[in-house]
Amino acid sequence: MRLTIVTAEELIYSDDVDMVVAPGALGELGILPHHASFMTMIDPGELRVKKGEEELSLAISGGFLEVHKDKMIILADTAERAEDIDMAKASQAKKQALELLEAQPKDADLRVAEAALRKSLAEIKAVERRRARRKERI
Amino acid sequence: MADIRRIKRRIQSVQNTARITNAMQVIASSKMKRAQDRDISGRPYAEKMREVISHLASQMIAFHHPLLTQREVKKVMVVHFTSDRGLCGGFNANLNRHVASFILEDGHPATIVAVGRRGGSFMRRSGVEVCAEFTGLADSVGVVDIRPLSQIVIDDYGSGAIDRVYLAYTRFLSTATQHPTIYPLLPLKPGEREEEKIPEYIYEPNPAQVLSGLLPRYVEMQIYHALLESIASEHSARMVAMKNATDNAHDLIDELTLAYNKARQEMITRELLDITGGAVALTG
Repeated sequence: MRLTIVTAEELIYSDDVDMVVAPGALGELGILPHHASFMTMIDPGELRVKKGEEELSLAISGGFLEVHKDKMIILADTAERAEDIDMAKASQAKKQALELLEAQPKDADLRVAEAALRKSLAEIKAVERRRARRKERI
Repeated sequence: MADIRRIKRRIQSVQNTARITNAMQVIASSKMKRAQDRDISGRPYAEKMREVISHLASQMIAFHHPLLTQREVKKVMVVHFTSDRGLCGGFNANLNRHVASFILEDGHPATIVAVGRRGGSFMRRSGVEVCAEFTGLADSVGVVDIRPLSQIVIDDYGSGAIDRVYLAYTRFLSTATQHPTIYPLLPLKPGEREEEKIPEYIYEPNPAQVLSGLLPRYVEMQIYHALLESIASEHSARMVAMKNATDNAHDLIDELTLAYNKARQEMITRELLDITGGAVALTG
């Protein structure tokens, strides 16, 4: 199954993979090759890609996922590979988002703060999972 | 004597100017390259999104969305892309003129969202309403940075405050040619209905929600694309302007050097005449 991950700014990833686990709008979903044509929104969260023994983990801040004819395309708002994520920055962003939410903002501000929190949580999770995997190997 | 020194100083100062314009030319050309590259790297996303939207739109003929509604036009919005800085030839002036005549021809009351200082101040001076101005967008601008802008566009269109939105930017055709363009952004026109049979998709949560999620992103992407083109055009316009300036400076230096040499030679001849004149007087 061919997976392509693109954002409005660049092509993030393009390769043949064995399985994709994505945070779908109706809950986490795993997609294997030869899936039926399918289209969903994705929530901010962690995206896992399996290719043979390797597993890649990305933090995604929302977007769309399409499967068609054994090709899978993810239109991501932003996507970052676990190894590119700055843990300190992500923790800082999480703290800031929590502080913003403390003030009980309304409407647009609330949405912004929530989105920031979800994004930072996804990043932290992606990094932690990558660390755990490394330990297993050792 | 005084004349020679004046010419020399002039040469010196023109040389300095040439050095600066030359540096600006080199910088502009590398920045132009970067803006172009980023525009190209965003293309797969744009293509895919267009494809998905036209698929969806062709399936849902009776679908209503605030960004698709056509209304009787009472007020239009123009998102006007210019640069913050000058020294880029006719780049800003061309677009300003183009947009001004467009607004006159269109005839509807217009409001401007100005990106770049040059466009904003021009529109205010000409008495056109400027409802928002974005300046200081770096060349490394990302989609996230223009979100406030697209939010204004989407909100105002959704609320019915404006009935049509145009993007006014300078299209990048090649390094030598850029064209001021006005592109109708809203209401969105979903792609042509495809005749071929479209495979059945499973949608989560449902087609309407997926489409309403996609449309604002589509608007955002169009704005982002216009901005990148505008940046590439700005830098290529600056590159050409600076190249001309450098060439002119070199021509000027040549002329001045010639004048300097002439003046110097004249002075030497005069001195020689004085000396020989003196010698003749003594021996005579």
